[in-house]
Amino acid sequence: MKIFISIIAYIALAPFLGAILSGVDRKITARMQGRVGPPVLQPLYDALKLIEKESLVVRKSQNFYVAFFLMFIIFTGALFFSGKDLLLVIFALTLAEIFFVLGGYKASSPYSIIGSQRALIQMMAYEPVIILSAVGMYMVTKSFYITDIISYGKPLFYSLPGLLFAFIFVLPMKFSKSPFDLAYSHHAHQELVKGMTTEFSGRSLAMIEVAHWYENVLMLGFVGLFFANNILIGIALTFLAYFFVIIIDNTFARVKWEMALMSSWIVGLLFGVGNIIFLFFVLR
Amino acid sequence: MNLLSFLILFPLATAFVLLFLKNYKMRAIAITVAAVLLSAGSIALLVINFHREAQYFHMEVFYIDKAMFFIEALLAVYILYVSWEHKKYIISGLILAQFLIMAFFELKYAHSVAVSYELFVDKFSIIMALIIGMVGSLICVYAIGYMKDFHLQHHKALKDNRRFFSFLMFVFLSAMFGIVFSNNLLWLYFFWEITTICSFLLIGYKKTEEAVNNAFRALQINLLGGLAFLIGIIYLYYSYNVVELDKAISLGKLGALIPVALISFAGLTKSAQMPFSSWLLGAMVAPTPVSALLHSSTMVKAGVYIILRFAFALQGTLLGFIIALIGGSTFLVTSLIAVSQSDAKKALAYSTIANLGLIVLCAGVGTYEAMWAAMLLIIFHAVTKCLLFLCVGAIEHRIHSRDIEDMSGLIISMPKISIMIQVGMVGMFLAPFGMLISKWAVLKALVDFNPLLAVFVIFGSSATLFFWVKWLGKIITVVNTEYDLEEGMHKTEIAPLFILAFLSVGLCGLFPFVSTALIQPYVMEIYGVTLAMSQGNIVIMSIMLAMVMLFPLSFINYGKRVKVVDAYLGGANTETGIRFKGASSSAKDMQMKNYYMEKYFGEARLYKFGSLICFIFIVFIFVSFIK
Repeated sequence: MKIFISIIAYIALAPFLGAILSGVDRKITARMQGRVGPPVLQPLYDALKLIEKESLVVRKSQNFYVAFFLMFIIFTGALFFSGKDLLLVIFALTLAEIFFVLGGYKASSPYSIIGSQRALIQMMAYEPVIILSAVGMYMVTKSFYITDIISYGKPLFYSLPGLLFAFIFVLPMKFSKSPFDLAYSHHAHQELVKGMTTEFSGRSLAMIEVAHWYENVLMLGFVGLFFANNILIGIALTFLAYFFVIIIDNTFARVKWEMALMSSWIVGLLFGVGNIIFLFFVLR
Repeated sequence: MNLLSFLILFPLATAFVLLFLKNYKMRAIAITVAAVLLSAGSIALLVINFHREAQYFHMEVFYIDKAMFFIEALLAVYILYVSWEHKKYIISGLILAQFLIMAFFELKYAHSVAVSYELFVDKFSIIMALIIGMVGSLICVYAIGYMKDFHLQHHKALKDNRRFFSFLMFVFLSAMFGIVFSNNLLWLYFFWEITTICSFLLIGYKKTEEAVNNAFRALQINLLGGLAFLIGIIYLYYSYNVVELDKAISLGKLGALIPVALISFAGLTKSAQMPFSSWLLGAMVAPTPVSALLHSSTMVKAGVYIILRFAFALQGTLLGFIIALIGGSTFLVTSLIAVSQSDAKKALAYSTIANLGLIVLCAGVGTYEAMWAAMLLIIFHAVTKCLLFLCVGAIEHRIHSRDIEDMSGLIISMPKISIMIQVGMVGMFLAPFGMLISKWAVLKALVDFNPLLAVFVIFGSSATLFFWVKWLGKIITVVNTEYDLEEGMHKTEIAPLFILAFLSVGLCGLFPFVSTALIQPYVMEIYGVTLAMSQGNIVIMSIMLAMVMLFPLSFINYGKRVKVVDAYLGGANTETGIRFKGASSSAKDMQMKNYYMEKYFGEARLYKFGSLICFIFIVFIFVSFIK
């Protein structure tokens, strides 16, 4: 029963939370740049407006991929918030992202295809860190199940500081934020027009937005696992991490794909694998 | 017992019949009938032994042994002659050494070798038999039409030797059945050498300089492995008076690791692990059915089969750990190299080596979890990789290129094939399909054993993801397309593809059954414990599978409520929609290419690096035994 409530709560509330988070992001960013910024609910208004617009496509089947992207993101989030196997959550998330990337390919436009490939490069960059985090959590709590991980007595980041650092390092990729907003960006200075989303409009673009809100909430949930023993402190620290990503977004320029890939693999190896080696010898 | 003999001898008999059938139609019928019978035979083997434990059989062997020795002698003379003629003196040396050792052993000790059981069958043999019987014979069926086009359309200058070709394919299958049913190691070695020589002849089929050189390279590496195998057997006989597989495994458990190391070395060469991978990469010059046969159901699977047989003995030993490191390094390095490959067959070859690396890694770890994962990998890899190779072969014959960059728009020009190749691709890397379930199992097994080994898998898998998706994306991208290239495809080509695609998906749905009926009993028999994926996760995977299956349904909405426009080309589109106004208003074609990252994932540098590391590991194995 409890599981049903959390699944329904996630499906119903996550988009609003995501929209508000995104609105807060725009507000904070605006303030940092000395502007007033849009209302906090602006992302929601944008999406509602988009739904009414006409859908322009290059290939007739391109929107199907986006619909499945949204469907699988919701599915993944439901798995996560009902406390299922963390690895399964990661694989389901990958599946969802692949649908999005394939949508970019299907659109058969040079901009969206380069965007898709950059998204793939980013996936290749962050995937090891995310799986390593799951492995680290397993080594400490002896379980891949999220229900077991959150009910572990001590805060996980005591044992997993390196992995937490690596995770926050790659987090801008998941949020499409500078310095890792190569695939597409909300800012108006993208050299690839709108990258992956160039050829999507109307309802499909709204779907992409909504999927990202769901995804952002899911990723923050993942960050929360590192602090999960105390729910209030956990939520506070998670939002702090989000705030940190916004600051990074506003302070760094976009990097090239080489830099994105190399830096996250090096951070993953040094801090992620380093952390795991340390745990392996300590826990043995 | 009769069924085992049937499975070994029937393909052999078919091979000889095919050698004398001159009529194409007759041959096609014979091959199809044989394929059906072989599949039925392997399924019957499963049904009959479903509730039985492993069974061992004794045979009256005097004449069989003599016949085998006679055939070995003939083959040795043949190889000696060809290698001498082509000035490949190393090969002459290897075959001579093998033959002399064998002859010495045969003359001096053969009469005193007491073997209680020559043949056996257990769940692992049944799994292998199903793969060989079904996937292998599908490849033979596919080869009927493929080889016709190959000779009549694409390689007119080449001498038409199709009878010999199908002869070799069936001998190969017969030898593979022999490998998985033999308990007598001398028999196993005999069949092992037959596969080596068949693959040599098949790889060199085109008779070009490249083909001949690559064939000799394959021969050289596999003969080296064969020599190690033979020395391993002789060592076993001298030290323990044993030439049987089951006894060798028990001895390995008690610490007799030198023969295990030698036989595993042979397994490493056959399964093309680094530094021995070059032969499998070179094998691509052969016609596609050969590549499919070598990569999916036979040859390389024989290599991992023999290492996996000894997995229980390897568990927790230094030898096992080094073998795991070789597998892990091979997986990581070849997955990275695959990113830089635009030749479809070569990309597939690297992916095969990587997946074999994963199986070897599991074998080296040797825990019951790793064993379970390795069996899953073998099953799913055989089906999916075979499908992929056969699709690439069909595509190559239609678009006259196997460059991934030339495959854009396949979804329009070859819809059937492109859907099947997409099934194969997602089957290789994506949840909830077979290979991902297996990789997941590998990951869990490694984390429980030693998380540092998991690092290889984690980084390698992320590269795999990249290279599969960019290929998949290429196929669904549409730019400028010729329509309907599928016309005139042989039924014998389409049907195996269809069955394999169906199997790839069906096996994922049937995964719980495959696990409980085949894999778990075997793991249970060896380890006394087994594991299964938790019920909850199976349900979730099934839901995901069902959701992915819904994707084709979205085409009900095809073209509804959307307005089709041209792609955005910087606002400088010309009328055609795929050209834009470039400098000085000239119309230019738009081009979309994939990233290959040669500079970072280039083959030349990474391959040397990986081979060097694995070579050091192998040297270390042998040094560790010399005390």
